[in-house]
Amino acid sequence: MIWNKAKECMSRDELTSLQSARLVKLVDYVYHNVEFYRKKMQAIGILPSDIKSIEDITKLPFTTKDDLRDNYPFGLFAVPQSEIVRVHASSGTTGKATVVGYTKRDIDIWSECVARCLTMAGVGRNDVLQIAYGYGLFTGGLGAHYGAERIGATVVPMSTGNSKKLTTMMLDFGATAIACTPSYLLHITELLEQEGLIDQVKLKYAICGAEPWTEKMHKDIEERLHVNAHDIYGLSEIMGPGVACDCAFHKGLHVCEDHFYPEILDSNTFKAKKEGETGELVFTTLTKEGLPLIRYRTKDLTSIDYSTCDCGRTSARISRFKGRVDDMLIIRGVNVFPSQVEAALVDVKEVSPHYMMIVDRVNNLDSLEIQVELNPKFYTDEIRVLEALNKKITHVLSQALGLNPKVKLVEPQTLVRSEGKAVHVIDKRKLY
Amino acid sequence: MRAKQLSVFIENRQGRLGEVLSVLKENNVNILSLSLADTTEYGLLRLIVNNPELGKEKLSSDGFSTILTDVLVLKISHQSGSLQKLLKILSDEDVNIEYMYGLSIDGEEASVVLKTSDIIKAEEVLNGKGVKTLSAEDISLL
Repeated sequence: MIWNKAKECMSRDELTSLQSARLVKLVDYVYHNVEFYRKKMQAIGILPSDIKSIEDITKLPFTTKDDLRDNYPFGLFAVPQSEIVRVHASSGTTGKATVVGYTKRDIDIWSECVARCLTMAGVGRNDVLQIAYGYGLFTGGLGAHYGAERIGATVVPMSTGNSKKLTTMMLDFGATAIACTPSYLLHITELLEQEGLIDQVKLKYAICGAEPWTEKMHKDIEERLHVNAHDIYGLSEIMGPGVACDCAFHKGLHVCEDHFYPEILDSNTFKAKKEGETGELVFTTLTKEGLPLIRYRTKDLTSIDYSTCDCGRTSARISRFKGRVDDMLIIRGVNVFPSQVEAALVDVKEVSPHYMMIVDRVNNLDSLEIQVELNPKFYTDEIRVLEALNKKITHVLSQALGLNPKVKLVEPQTLVRSEGKAVHVIDKRKLY
Repeated sequence: MRAKQLSVFIENRQGRLGEVLSVLKENNVNILSLSLADTTEYGLLRLIVNNPELGKEKLSSDGFSTILTDVLVLKISHQSGSLQKLLKILSDEDVNIEYMYGLSIDGEEASVVLKTSDIIKAEEVLNGKGVKTLSAEDISLL
């Protein structure tokens, strides 16, 4: 099934003209409505009239997560706040969150994109879909929810945090589809296996995203749960889930290209990579009203394939992700930057600013241990005091990161000091 | 009189306790008693030694987190109920015991090491009741 054949299967030529028209309109729109872009364009001597087709996109400046932070919270919005019907937020590189806003029409287009992705994964109006992404500031829950309602599926908004209820309802409601992070789905699979309930599961489709996963995890989920597992991609800055998804042929993720224009660039020279070559994925939102972004650097590494897919869709496909340009980690679906840990620890005088993050996957769930060095000046021989300190640091870090780390106090001077670029992360998960 | 306890923070990793002990050995610091409190992540080694200042200096320069804490060392007779009697003196005066461990059980008497919530008051109360608190020299003679 294809949700929107007219758009998803249009010829590449038609698509290019549509993208061109939309880009011209977008540039004019941001120039007149977003001071940040107007100044940026003026600084390099570009006027909206210089952008005549999609090829001219290379003349435009880039946007980064830092730009969103510097204009926190609503500085990059192109509409008055009264036009914004919803905001979401995700982690920024330091203390401040990355805030995104949507107009009514943005939500409508987002729902359309998610509807396309869910349809690509096989979900239809007769399915019972459990959504086990977090509902709230995170785009995962509500984003998937609106798209699922759009196609008319029976939506069960589970959110996260209660695996027992999830498995019970999965069986009682005869759920045929589930949307959650791949690691969480493997965890659920294990629970079902342990309780001997796996044969009663009626799931046919799994739509997994919000974190990178390996081909092995993909196979694991499909074999153990007897489902077709699909990879859905998105990021809140661009929209949320629904920017791209893989179809039944699993030959890359189809990008909703009429709304999000992808470029694959060399992250040092910013020159375009050839089709099939790995580079940084950069998106321009072609139709967004609330927070339109021009050439937003996702920092995700992938390659692109423009050939028509066996499913009939002509939309370009991006490959499974091959890594990150920066040091962002995705832990239990939450974006985590080492710099956030650093910023949070500065305020805790009992520890030194040295830290090490150890990320692992235990029983298919991500774990984060943060080792911090005790400051010798605040050394105590009372366990109560040390435990209280541990609790305090855990609290400070969980507030800063949006997830609960395990804090381990270590002796002063024991964490590795590197001479060049500091190593603050050991990721044992091998996701790429 | 009070005694100095030498405490060392030890991460739970193989051989770490042994490293502390070898620093003490190399510097002829003799251990009279010890207590090892552990959590899942780390341990606290509390020592009564013949020369706590030297022990601290040498351990610190080898990168260990150390601290000297004032504790009380008391002699009690080898009789059932004598410890209970002693602790009652403190609890009657609202002094809490934070931790305690045995030091010596030689001869007629035993000794215990006490860390209390209020060491000044504890010392006064105990001395007032005729309970002797040992000095560093007394301890090294045990």
